[in-house]
Amino acid sequence: MTPLLSIRSLIKRFGDREVLRGVSLDVASGEFLTILGESGSGKTTLLRMIAGFEQPDSGEIWMDNERLERLPAYQRPVNTVFQSYALFPHLSVRENVAYGLRAQGAARAEIHARVEQALAMVKMSELARQAPARLSGGQQQRVALARALVNRPKLLLLDEPLSALDANLRRQMQTELKSLQREVGITFLFVTHDQEEAMALSDRIALLRAGGLEQVATPREIYNRPETAYVAQFIGQTNILRAEIGGGVACAGSIAWRCGGSANSDGAPALFSLRPESIRLASAAGTSSPSGDAVRFRARVVTQTFGGASDLLEIVCPDGQALRARVLSGDMLEGEQRFEFDLRDAVAVRATGSGAPFAGALSADKGPAQ
Amino acid sequence: MSMYTRAYKAAVAVPPLLWVVVFLLLPYSILFCYSFWSVSPLQVIVHSWNFDNYRELLHNPIYALVLFRSMRIATTVTLLALALGYPLAYCLSFFATKRKDLLYQLVIIPLWVSYLVRGYAWKTILGSDGVLNGFLQYFHLTRHPVEFFLYSPFAVILTLTHIYTPFTFLPIYASLEHIPRNLVEASHDLGASPFKTFWRVVFPLSIPGVLAGATFAFVLTLGDFLAPLLVGGPSGIMISNIVVSLFGAAYNWPLGAAISLCMLLLVVGLLTAVERLEKKLSYS
Repeated sequence: MTPLLSIRSLIKRFGDREVLRGVSLDVASGEFLTILGESGSGKTTLLRMIAGFEQPDSGEIWMDNERLERLPAYQRPVNTVFQSYALFPHLSVRENVAYGLRAQGAARAEIHARVEQALAMVKMSELARQAPARLSGGQQQRVALARALVNRPKLLLLDEPLSALDANLRRQMQTELKSLQREVGITFLFVTHDQEEAMALSDRIALLRAGGLEQVATPREIYNRPETAYVAQFIGQTNILRAEIGGGVACAGSIAWRCGGSANSDGAPALFSLRPESIRLASAAGTSSPSGDAVRFRARVVTQTFGGASDLLEIVCPDGQALRARVLSGDMLEGEQRFEFDLRDAVAVRATGSGAPFAGALSADKGPAQ
Repeated sequence: MSMYTRAYKAAVAVPPLLWVVVFLLLPYSILFCYSFWSVSPLQVIVHSWNFDNYRELLHNPIYALVLFRSMRIATTVTLLALALGYPLAYCLSFFATKRKDLLYQLVIIPLWVSYLVRGYAWKTILGSDGVLNGFLQYFHLTRHPVEFFLYSPFAVILTLTHIYTPFTFLPIYASLEHIPRNLVEASHDLGASPFKTFWRVVFPLSIPGVLAGATFAFVLTLGDFLAPLLVGGPSGIMISNIVVSLFGAAYNWPLGAAISLCMLLLVVGLLTAVERLEKKLSYS
């Protein structure tokens, strides 16, 4: 199946700073794809180039066999929900929503019907005559959504639309946004810096770092099988283990485990990501793992933080390597304990992504990732 | 503490209040009284109350004629100043990027030059030995100097437009600068061409600036007497020139006061109307 949107080797510079370094990305029809990245990673620039507010220095944006980047913004079959909503202050809610259809010269009756439908969809029918300035943030957000969706774009671009809302409203809007997307079946391209939001909403996540894509995958895949140390650290918490590999065995300080062909060749240092929740307390009785897949090690508990269902432990191995472990809540742990994790949970990761510059030392001795 | 605050408030409020009373309310009150007095044949101001001055204003057509001409000139100047000031402000606000500050200063600089100097400059340009006629004759576009350039309503309009265009430019520029640029992007995003975007988003949001600029230009032009004096000639006389001559050579302060009060009412009425209009046009 051909993708709805195809971005090919997009490069953008602001002055001598390269904001996007050759980004290629395909977006399937009907998909909810999130571009995730820290501020300054180029995610908003990427979105603005698709919308037509910025011109790429090189590269192509294809949509339905059409070169999108050659069209002015007002001729592109995409609509945007802006971070600050950008509602027209001199127009009422209804007029705001009708703006796009009017600009394109739709028939009066059709405008009326579609605007009412769009307002009903976001539950704003009753406030249709209000000025945007009188609405709350969440209501403005809904109007902005209706104003974009009423045009039935093939692709809806959302530029951190929830970042201005408080936490509770934000969660509520996330749920609404997701069900709205299923309802209308429009492809959503969503930009955020919030990894939890990205995980909750997306079919796929494209993680952008310093203008290059680190990994594009489903939320589960990107969490469980991060390709680079950066991805592992950015999505959730993780421990990065710097291991030496020799004879099919990876050795990170006092922890050693068998590793398959996926890891680097002998003698080379390799990085592994190990999620805190993958580490558990080993049962005191057994000395050898029952399945043969568990890796056991000893470590001293430094701190224990109560977190409801689970406790977060900061532990230090005899060789001084610090790790974080999330274990089921229980008694206070003290002194040296035995821990274990499953072999497959230690995921080999590259030091850097293909698009990003060399990351420098991302090693475990920097301590656990935040 | 409360004593102190009260004293402080008084110290801040009293001087400007005093200023307004002494230099505004008092003169207007005196003017008001004068407008009901009269001048005796012996050129003495008689303090007998009557409506003769206002009756004179209604019956002698010269005043209505000059007032009408003044308003026509003021309207023309306002429209011209808007026609020049708006595109200038729009281009500067939306399209000038690197040289924005420089261009802004260039528009402002004429305001640093004395009004009189600029008036005389136009006299030099438009006169029969002036720069314009010299140019036309040099290129044999005309054999004799064109006389109607100077001492005509045309000269007054030209001079006043030149002087008051920055006054329309400034508020329009300020209101355009206040328009969030993402509204323009949103409009384009929703499929409106740049032309539609201008008429549906940019222009409606700049109306407060347009009204402010138009008010400046109209009110200042209507009350202007220097430009008609310098470049107007007999056919370019405006209402303020009549007031000046009534208070001066003609020595008819009561009639002058009556005209002044009528003008004042006219301007206050206009300002009120504009304020109402602005409130009506601005949403929420």
